Amino acid sequence: MAEVPGLHGRLPAHFTTPGTSSFTDFLGVAAPDLLPSRRRDLPAGLIEAPHGTTIVAVTHAQGVVMAGDRRATMGNVIAQRDIEKVFPADEYSCVGIAGTAGLAVEIVRLFQVQLEHYEKLEGAVLSLEGKANQLSTMIRGNLGMAMQGLAVVPLFAGYDVDMGAGRIFSYDVTGGRYEEHSFHSVGSGSVFARSALKKQFKDDVDEAAAVKLAVDALYDAADDDSATGGPDLTRRIFPVVMSVTADGLRRIPDDEVGAIVQTVVDERMTNPGG
Amino acid sequence: MNMPFYVSPEQIMKDKSDFARKGIARGRSVLAVQYADGILFVGENPNGALHKISEIYDRIAFAAVGKYNEFENLRVAGVRYADIRGYQYDRRDVTSRGLANIYAQTLGAIFTESGKPYEVELVVAEVGDTQAEDQIYRLTYDGSVAEEHGFIVMGGNSEPIAAHVRAHHNPTAPLSTALKLAVAALILPVADGAEARTIVGDDLEAAVLDRTRPRRAFKRLVGAPLQTLLESKK
Repeated sequence: MAEVPGLHGRLPAHFTTPGTSSFTDFLGVAAPDLLPSRRRDLPAGLIEAPHGTTIVAVTHAQGVVMAGDRRATMGNVIAQRDIEKVFPADEYSCVGIAGTAGLAVEIVRLFQVQLEHYEKLEGAVLSLEGKANQLSTMIRGNLGMAMQGLAVVPLFAGYDVDMGAGRIFSYDVTGGRYEEHSFHSVGSGSVFARSALKKQFKDDVDEAAAVKLAVDALYDAADDDSATGGPDLTRRIFPVVMSVTADGLRRIPDDEVGAIVQTVVDERMTNPGG
Repeated sequence: MNMPFYVSPEQIMKDKSDFARKGIARGRSVLAVQYADGILFVGENPNGALHKISEIYDRIAFAAVGKYNEFENLRVAGVRYADIRGYQYDRRDVTSRGLANIYAQTLGAIFTESGKPYEVELVVAEVGDTQAEDQIYRLTYDGSVAEEHGFIVMGGNSEPIAAHVRAHHNPTAPLSTALKLAVAALILPVADGAEARTIVGDDLEAAVLDRTRPRRAFKRLVGAPLQTLLESKK
């Protein structure tokens, strides 16, 4: 096995070999055991591990927003109540994950490095579709794990600088990549979230309205799906919401999300169905 | 029987050093200068597509003079080293000291083992939370490392440029002042009696490690923002 140098010693030859701008390709040569897709030492049978649940994404006139609830479950137990499942991928895109939390976080971490690595080596940013395809390859690499019950299903959204619009991509466990229009949701509560969005979404909503729609949809998901966490007003744990526009990616601060959550909850006091 | 000529190790090393120095001195200079919010890098580089100054990691940048293919090779290796370490451990575990060490070992090995040494000189710099925590390392073709403070000048004509910067440098000055000082030093005449030169904005490559930026501190200065800084009165 090739090795990663510590603080001492000359860089091994593969570090100075020109060729690839892909971090995963390089990792495959330099330290293959760090690649999630190269793991072969899995025990047979199903493995129980924490699962992340519902992610929603909504396009709007300036770009796209993505939001995720904060719950991770393991069977009937709430494994974590403040997990974060929506991450910045780079300056113009974000990725949300449903499925096995541990593997998903690892894939997201690798994806983030992959995009930044390419950008630094090439001096140019990948196109939004290029980024979406990269994620596709990583999910496909996890197929073996998915067969053992450790599936990872991401939702990818970003601002396409060339088209000047927000776009959403969904995936299946085999790495199949599908562009979604207007809105989409993945995870255990996605059926309910998507139905809510279907009824409420209108073309050319603005960013603030899209954030409200996303929070509303997560509320509906939590209403009917036990694995999706509703807004926790007592502990002040609110959905993670990210917005990507021409100005780049921004995480909506907790106090802003908190105010929106309060509005949603107040509305449901009189109209529980939304 | 023919005996091979004996050449003393001193002579071999001296020849290699002379060769590398000559190659480096042919190139245009690059400066790294500390200013109030970080570290500024400026070089004369008419070729806009091939950079001498680049980002390595969140708070770490790289600048080089000499043979492009050789320092580009080292830059790519540095990005790979930094990204793999950051992925394996944590982003905070990628340090300029570690990177300088790796470069020193690599350059040293190339210098002693291969027939032709690399004709390059590098700067590895990292911005800290305060100016006192900034680190700037100079690496030369034979693998020597030196930690420097305030500023570094590399490449041809470095003596008069360094003298000029030393005389006027103020590490607490704003970016525009540091940039104007760097450009003024770069256009100093190459030899006594030679004409003063000018550099137009297009031939200037400039970038900063700005400690006030979140996460990725590296930013290139190009186009209108660069022009504004060059023309500012402050």
